Amino acid sequence: MIVEIGAFAVILSLVLSVLQTGASTLARIRRSPVLAAVGEGAALSAFAALAVAFAALVYAFVVSDFSVANVTANSHTAKPLLYRVGGAWGSHEGSMLMWCLALTGFGALLAGYGRGLSAGLKAVAVATQGALGVAFLAYTVFASNPFWRLADPPVEGRSLNPLLQDPALILHPPFLYVGYVGLSVVFSLAIAALVEGRADAAWARWVRPWTLAAWSALTVGITLGAFWAYYELGWGGWWFWDPVENASFMPWLIATALLHSAVVTERRGALPGWTIFLALGGYTFSMLGAFLVRSGVLTSVHAFAVDPTRGVLLLTILGVTAGLGFALFAWRAPAMARGGMFAPISRESALVLNNILLAAATATVLLGTLYPLIREAMAGEAISVGPPYFNLTFTPLMFILLLLLPAGPLLAWKRADAGAALQRLWVAALLAALAAVATLALAEPRSLFGAAGLALGVWLIIGSLTEVAERIRLFRVPGREVLRRLGGLPRGAWGMTLAHAGLGVFVLGAVFETTWKAETAEVLALGQRLEVAGYVLTLEDVAPTLGPNYEAEQATLRATAPDGTLACMARPERRLYSAGGQTTSEVAICTRGLSHLYVVLGERRTGVDGGPVWLVTGYWNPWALLIFLGPGLMAFGGLISLSDRRLRLVAGRRAAPALAPAAKPEPVGELT
Amino acid sequence: MKGLGRWAAMACAVLCLGAASDPGERLADPAQEARARALFKDVRCLVCQNESIDASSAELAQDLRAIVRQEVAQGRSDVEVRRFLTDRYGEYVLLKPRFSWANAALWLAPLLVVLAGAGLLIRRWRVPPPEPDLTSEESAALARLSQASRSDPGSAS
Repeated sequence: MIVEIGAFAVILSLVLSVLQTGASTLARIRRSPVLAAVGEGAALSAFAALAVAFAALVYAFVVSDFSVANVTANSHTAKPLLYRVGGAWGSHEGSMLMWCLALTGFGALLAGYGRGLSAGLKAVAVATQGALGVAFLAYTVFASNPFWRLADPPVEGRSLNPLLQDPALILHPPFLYVGYVGLSVVFSLAIAALVEGRADAAWARWVRPWTLAAWSALTVGITLGAFWAYYELGWGGWWFWDPVENASFMPWLIATALLHSAVVTERRGALPGWTIFLALGGYTFSMLGAFLVRSGVLTSVHAFAVDPTRGVLLLTILGVTAGLGFALFAWRAPAMARGGMFAPISRESALVLNNILLAAATATVLLGTLYPLIREAMAGEAISVGPPYFNLTFTPLMFILLLLLPAGPLLAWKRADAGAALQRLWVAALLAALAAVATLALAEPRSLFGAAGLALGVWLIIGSLTEVAERIRLFRVPGREVLRRLGGLPRGAWGMTLAHAGLGVFVLGAVFETTWKAETAEVLALGQRLEVAGYVLTLEDVAPTLGPNYEAEQATLRATAPDGTLACMARPERRLYSAGGQTTSEVAICTRGLSHLYVVLGERRTGVDGGPVWLVTGYWNPWALLIFLGPGLMAFGGLISLSDRRLRLVAGRRAAPALAPAAKPEPVGELT
Repeated sequence: MKGLGRWAAMACAVLCLGAASDPGERLADPAQEARARALFKDVRCLVCQNESIDASSAELAQDLRAIVRQEVAQGRSDVEVRRFLTDRYGEYVLLKPRFSWANAALWLAPLLVVLAGAGLLIRRWRVPPPEPDLTSEESAALARLSQASRSDPGSAS
């Protein structure tokens, strides 16, 4: 019964979304507040209906209702409750339902909180959001319905892939989807701006918070995915330039570019066309990601679960939505005002340069992901584009971007003094140079890439803090004045500093880990040892253990630090999930400061003397923690910015005019 | 949302942990072994989704590792080893696409995007944006204001 309510609620949500689109479109044409209210009401109800549907699906998973095809395919009674709940969005159908939940949820937010928007702009945005919902809801109802019943229910389900039975992976999709689909609001606002024929500062101020929210969620989602890969896949890697990773990374890059270009549009009224273009691009890349991941087009040579029919449908949704959006752009954008002028050396130029490099980086990732398909379609030749390609193209682009980054916030709008900005950065430059020299002198093996990377990380962190120090006039005015200024800094400024410094933290971790990781693999009998980066791992015991839905072999290894003290007892496992017959590895991670000692238990073999031996691999991943802390800081910075008074969603009007203009004489920018 | 493809690929990887560093497969000469390991990272495990033979434990990856190690042990250069592999398995086996005309778009695109962007930016600096034409009401208001300020400078505000 509850499952039927869920199935009904999805259809209801679809109908309400159609109503939302129709009523809001008519409201714009007839300038009717009544119809606009109907459209907004429909948006709120569509979300409510879908929330009911989603709850029904979770319920079906929790009680293991195997008469539902989706539950049978993805759940099992022996699975712990957390993973039964998470299984609701672990499958294709469930994840598309979650996508719809996010779409209608953002539609409801737009309808409920869009008070500061002009009536026409809001009506078009709500109508567009409704249309985006219709496309995906119709897909869910007709082609990927998670509530379809089985005529002949089995006694037991086939269970979720054990690799996905992990807390990080339960949280990963919701964050990722909020991020992907958060960009749909920006898309809708862009369409509204094109229809209304204006993208001014007020419009840009509306785009910023939605982009920030989506960007923060995407950052968390991608980091969780990388962290999961790091500890669950068991070979110490965290980013593989896998098509699925690229699919989530491209919207992030576009959202990052959009955050920066929207600042220019908001503050200076410049580049409205480009900002709209990026706003359309963000959600387009989100849909492209959904298509790439869900259709299996990039794995077509293999027999993995792919569904060509669904792929074609998703491609159609992508093509029609993006096609209409960009056609409207081509038609309306040329008529838009270009905004104010700026000199070659100015904050505007710096932000445009940021956008050029991010656009080039996105193009690189896109081309690298799709090029094998293109070559195969055009010439019938199969090629591979793997990590070496991205290391040679993406990394240099990012290097240039990050090298220029600290100077950007120090430049004034319209016309800036590059010399003065660079002069302020002398502390950062000095410390970066020291870091490079120290790295070259001390780190073994010597690595130029490692030294340059560490210098870049220091340059980013200190450079970002320099901007704050400049604003509070550190060491130049008395302490009390410094504190007063510190307290008066807008949260947006803190957010920017945190995000930029977080990037530096990530660079430090990524470079250090990649350059100086160490790995040792040995076949060990009980009592034998292996050494990695000065740590000695002694295999003390291997014992069978029993989990809720798996059997495991658990090893106990004593890890001794280079100074002879006990570092930790590492207990890696090798699990066999009986429901699907898969084997997984549960790595043991000892955190030593910022670094990880990472121990993996491999297969059991027979030794030379006939006794059992085990393949044990120990990795030393120096500063690995920073790889995940950095993006965490960035997302936190995004949230802090989001809480800035000037960006608050409800406060449509700007609080700034209340301040006398004389109160902000700083040439150093106020908000980013 | 890391979908089916992803975890299928990962499942493939997980089954063969620490694959490439398995002591049973290693070459005796550490320098040669290091070279072989570096080569592994550029060679695709043909039956996996998007993995190098360095990470994969699939049987085919094991065979390919054996081939690469054998070639390295016989003193072949990196280029020769790669050519040997592409002759047998096609360009698909290389994770780093070759610099060739067919791949020109792939390798040059990042540079072209940067150049195009830089070109647009430079044009933006050079050409001042057209002044928006005043609407008739605005011109009327301007005329009124300038007249008013000329006749009575004290009251203009």
